[in-house]
Parts: sequence; structure tokens; C-alpha cells
Amino acid sequence: MAQNKTIAVAMSGGVDSSTVAAMLRAEGHDVIGLTMQLWNQRRLAGHEGMPEAVQGRCCSLDDVYDARRVAETLGIPYYVVNHEDRFERDVVQPFVEEYLSGRTPIPCSLCNNHLKFDQLLIVAQQIGADALATGHYARVEFDDKSGRWLLKRPADLAKDQTYFLFGLTQDQLSRTLFPLGEMTKPQVRDLARHHGLALAAKPDSQEICFVPGGDYKKFLDAYLAEQGESLPDTAGELVTTDGQVIGEHDGIHKFTVGQRKGLGVATGSPLYVIQIKGDQRQVVVGKQEDLYSRTLRAHRVNLIAVEDLREPMRVRVKIRHRHEGAPAILETSGHDEVLVTFDEPQRAITPGQAAVFYDGEVVVGGGWIV
Amino acid sequence: MSSIRRVYLDNNATTPLLPEVFEAVRPYFAERFGNASSIHHHGQETRAAVERARESVAALLGCRASEVVFTSGGTEGDNLAISGLTHPGDHVISSTIEHHAVLNSCKHLEAMGCEVTYVPVDGRGLIDPDDVRRALRPHTKLITIMMANNETGVLQPLEQIGKIAAEADVYFHTDAVQAAGKVPIDVNRLGCDLLSISGHKLHAPQGVGALYVRKGTILQPMFHGGSHERSRRAGTENVPGIIGLGKAAELAREALNRGDLAQMSAMRDQIEERILSEVEATGVNGEGAPRVPNTTNIHFDYIEGESLVIALDLKGLAVSTGAACSSGAIEASHVLTAMGLPPETARASLRFSLGKQNTPEEIQFALELVPQSVARLRELSPVYNKAAVSS
Repeated sequence: MAQNKTIAVAMSGGVDSSTVAAMLRAEGHDVIGLTMQLWNQRRLAGHEGMPEAVQGRCCSLDDVYDARRVAETLGIPYYVVNHEDRFERDVVQPFVEEYLSGRTPIPCSLCNNHLKFDQLLIVAQQIGADALATGHYARVEFDDKSGRWLLKRPADLAKDQTYFLFGLTQDQLSRTLFPLGEMTKPQVRDLARHHGLALAAKPDSQEICFVPGGDYKKFLDAYLAEQGESLPDTAGELVTTDGQVIGEHDGIHKFTVGQRKGLGVATGSPLYVIQIKGDQRQVVVGKQEDLYSRTLRAHRVNLIAVEDLREPMRVRVKIRHRHEGAPAILETSGHDEVLVTFDEPQRAITPGQAAVFYDGEVVVGGGWIV
Repeated sequence: MSSIRRVYLDNNATTPLLPEVFEAVRPYFAERFGNASSIHHHGQETRAAVERARESVAALLGCRASEVVFTSGGTEGDNLAISGLTHPGDHVISSTIEHHAVLNSCKHLEAMGCEVTYVPVDGRGLIDPDDVRRALRPHTKLITIMMANNETGVLQPLEQIGKIAAEADVYFHTDAVQAAGKVPIDVNRLGCDLLSISGHKLHAPQGVGALYVRKGTILQPMFHGGSHERSRRAGTENVPGIIGLGKAAELAREALNRGDLAQMSAMRDQIEERILSEVEATGVNGEGAPRVPNTTNIHFDYIEGESLVIALDLKGLAVSTGAACSSGAIEASHVLTAMGLPPETARASLRFSLGKQNTPEEIQFALELVPQSVARLRELSPVYNKAAVSS
């Protein structure tokens, strides 16, 4: 980077964002460290089924401590900003509602859309930063031909986080830096050691930051109890794909499309959850092959590489973070809705997850599976 | 970024040591190291200095030296007063705008089987003494109400509350941490039985404070050990801290007698006048109430105070907002919300608090910076743009 800029870095206390701060500082930029306080990890501690002392990912005091130590080592100003209200409204409550409606949500995308690249980006600009840098593995660049900012897959495809970033607008992308886009994770750890960061060997975090231990069912119970509500009764029937009732279940939020275990019925051949009908509280079960489908619809679509979809487009579509992507035709099918038709049927297309469309390494856009 | 000019207007958080205080303290870190309880020369030297400091603090508070207990700071004084007087089953009266040292002590009492009534404040942040009177019960043991609020600087009608306490024969404690050195204090005029102060709010070191305990008051100690501080507070004295507090108390009393704080008050008023006239959609929280001369709390509608504090810090001006939680992030102020401010206005509020070291030129620096920074924040605020369009 030629020019000396003022850059805010979203610091989580992990290796990736810490290394970003170190890199930008070494390049001579004025770097400001920011950590978002999003969720009080002690809030649900002690509720039934929740651990007494919670070691969460973001917002745990240990991580704030780590981020602050990194800032100190680098000699950069560092601040914690509180966005707990907004996080609860835009991430936690939708997360709870989605599960209760029989869908499987992705809170990290919502957090990126509503917190990191919205609230935090605004704060970054307000305090005088030209851009916000994060430790995501992705690339952003301006395409002269189309006149658009492009989101692209990173050099380290194993760490690709573009699936969670499909909601970024042109304005957001224009003010965002992903300095790790060209690097692999081992290189990042080496660089962290090179810069003398004590947390170079800190393990990666995988789970949802506000759901300790990853047990979302216990989280739903504890959260609703804290709100003075009890879990709504979403118990209902277990039906086969041809509508035959074969048993009962005790709540749709306990099921995910593709799930095999824990159905509570014994039949000769293995049964899978094929579909969750939230309005009828039915869980539809069937055989492995019933899980496959050639089409999906997605709504609340955000397009990045193109302004609109005038004609059908050949793309690869990822239907979950760990899905490798499958060739498909993408076309408009209504207002703010697209139809994806895969070349080959895909297993367990799950409402509530995102469908993200790729043209090679470029993210065309994405939407939420209905 | 480290070479920029820095102006410190957050003196309600802490104050720098005055040079005279630093000079007074210095020998007690080095050659005068004795333990004040020792019988030899070293001990005697230190003991004499500690007792001189006690007299200075007594003079600032209008009490006897034997009624001053040195503590580690305001929080310890508040805790010692509140938990030292109460037993399960007692009733305590406090207010909704106390410092957390008092509020959380009261919460602890509730958990231990006491009852606590928290009297409200009006829009100016003032307690109505009649509310205190009405809250009295037969088993009320203690009234604990602060003298000056740390966020707004609003001074409570303590003399009236003191009379109510005396008539009802109830102990009266006040947290005077933000009042000491800023307004005259006379424990007998206030009618209080206990009063806590903190050293570092009046240009003494951090880690020292004092609790006035009226003669004859039976107080259960929190620490068990030697018979230090007339058995009210066990543990070897923090001698350098105590010497610093003594010197700072002496200087504060002289300044109050000379009327030095009129200049500070004028600078504070200038901040309010200039900001309110130059920046639209602003106002003073606690306006119309009596206040200490060094504090103003101003709301800048349509912005997050948190962002403004950061923006100003990056430009060299240190101010604050609300109370910081353990991570360092800011929560909406319980004081401002208790005054009836909507949460968004509370979050849009900033506190400027002056100290003896501040100069008129530093105030000018702040007055040039604040309107610029507010303008930038509002320009980028989705709420402000919406409000501007709809008006």
C-alpha cells in the first residue's frame, strides 16, 4: 500500500485479526484497534443447562484482554465498543425465531451484515478511519471493467470465509480491507510470531460465539427462560414423505434437515429428516434418497459482482459453509428471489442457510434459502 | 499518534498529583520508610506524619482527627460504612443514582436479608428529601445518599436529609468522593455520621481514601488483624498515600478558602455556553440543579457518546461517558436514565470534568475540537440524517 492511511482493525483477540493489526502497523499505517462487545457471556451463566463460567469466543473478557495486549505490543490505540443491544436485536433474536420456525440459521452472516460491516464500519468512519480491516479470509478488489467492487475467494481455500460475507454491499466493500486474503493460515501464524505476538499459537475458534459448547437447544431454553418466556410448544407429528403419520416429536427446533439420529422411531431402514413444516409443526422423514433435490429458492438476495440478473447465469452454488459448491443455473424467479437449478441433485438443502453463488473465485452474490 | 497534544478533562475519573503533593509523598517511598506502629525512631517519624495528615483531612471535613479512618479509597469507605452498620433484617434508604460502590453494597445487603429502598431523582437529578422521609420505617437503620454525583456533578440536599435522619435517629452516610475539594464540607452542618472520600479525586495518589466516622459510632470492621486505625481498619497503613491525601486535603482547603474554584467554575460555564450555542441539538444534563464547579454533562443528540469519546481521544482530548463495564465498553448510564433521559440520549451524553491543572487555553482546545468531531459523527450517523430529513 503506497499511501499512509488511518485504518481501524476489528480485533477479536484471535490470531487472524491480531496479525492484521500487526501487518498494517508494519506497513506504516495509523492503526486503531476496535473490539465489539456484543454479548455478555455471563448473562445466561447458571441457567439450567448452561455452564457456570462461560468461555465464549467473542466478548469474553479473556479475548478482550488478548486484543488489548496485542494493541499494547503494537503501540496502537485500542477501544472496546458496546453493540450488545443491536446484536441481540439483529442476531440473537432472529437466531431464536429461526429455530422455532423450523429453520437452521447462520448467525455469523447476520453479524457481518448488521454489526461488523454496518455498526462497526460506521464507528470506524466516525472516528476518522479511512477503512475497516478484518481478519477474514477473503479478497476484495475493484473491477474496472464492471465498475464494481468484487468479493473473491482467498488464496487459502481451506479457510475461505466468503460464504459468510455474501451480504456485503458495494459501499461496505469499498471501505473494507481483508489483508489475509493472499495468505495461508500457517503463514499467518508465522507472521504473528515474527511480530512477537504472544497468541500466535492460540487455537482457532469454531463455534457460534454466544452459544457456549455449541449446544443451541440449551441456549434456546436458557435465553427464553431469561426473557420470562417458556419455549413455545412446537411438538407435533412425525410424518413420511407420503403424509403417513408414524409418530410424534417434542419440538421442531430440535431437528435439522438431513439429521438421522434421535428421531425416536424404529423402522427397518435408516430414516432422515427431509423437511420441517414449521406452520404445521410436522417433521417429514424419509429415505436417504429423498434428501436430494435439484432446485432451491433463495430470497433477500444480495448481488455483488453484477447489478442484476437479466438472464440465467452459470454458477457454482454453496448451500452450507462446508459444501464445496455445485454447478447450477441461477435465474430470477420473483421480486428479490432467485431459483437455483443444480446439474446434479444436492443433499439436504436446508431452509435458513445461505445459498452463495460463485463464478470461479468471484462471489456473484447470495441469498437465504426458503 | 503518541506525539499529539493531550488535554485531560476527565478529572472525575482521576486527577493528576499536584507537584506539591508529589514532593510531600516522595520521602515516604525512600528514606522515611518506617512502619507507623513501630516504637523506634523510624516508626515515630512515620506515625507523626500520618497523624498530621489525619489532622489535615479532619480540617477539610470539619471533624476531629480521631474521627478519620484511612482507607484504600472511596469504595472501601462506602463498603465499610454500609456493611459495618447493618445486620440482616435492617432497612436501608439509598438512591437510584449512587455510585456502584454504594449501589452494589446495597444489592449485597439485600442478598444478606436487608431491605433497601432506592429513592428516585427528578429530571434535574435531585432527590426530594420528602421521599426520604416517606421511605422511613421503624426498622430503618441507615440512610446512604451521595453528596455530589460523579456523572452530573449535581449536589443533593444533604442538610435536609441530615435533619430527617437526626429526627428519626437513623445513621446517615454520604459518599462525598466527588464533592471533597470542590465544595466546602462540614460534617456537623450536613448532619452525617459517616462520610467517605477518595484521595485520587482531589490530586492525591490512587489507593488511599478516608472515612469520617462520628465519635461513638459502632462499626463492624471488614478486615480482621491488628489494632490499626483505632481497630476500625486493620492492616499496615499506606503511608505514602496517606501523606499525599493529607497534603492534598490541606491544599484543597486553602483553595476553597481563597475562592480559587470560581475560575474553574467559569471555565466549566464557558464550555456549556459555547457548546450549546455552537452545536445544535445539545443540552446540559442536570441543568437547574446545584452542581460542583468542575463538572458538566452534555447530551449531543443523534450520536453515540462512545464514538465521540474515541474520536476525541484520537485527537488528544480525554473525556468520558457513562460508566465503563469490565471489558471497557460503555453501558447506558444508570444515573442519566434515572433522571428520565431516554436511553439514546443517555448514550449520547459526555462528561467534561475539570481539575486544578486545567488552563483556559486547554478549554479553548476542547472547544475547537468538540464541535468539529460532533459534526463528523453526525454526518455519518444514520439516525441524524433520518431526523434531519423528517424535520
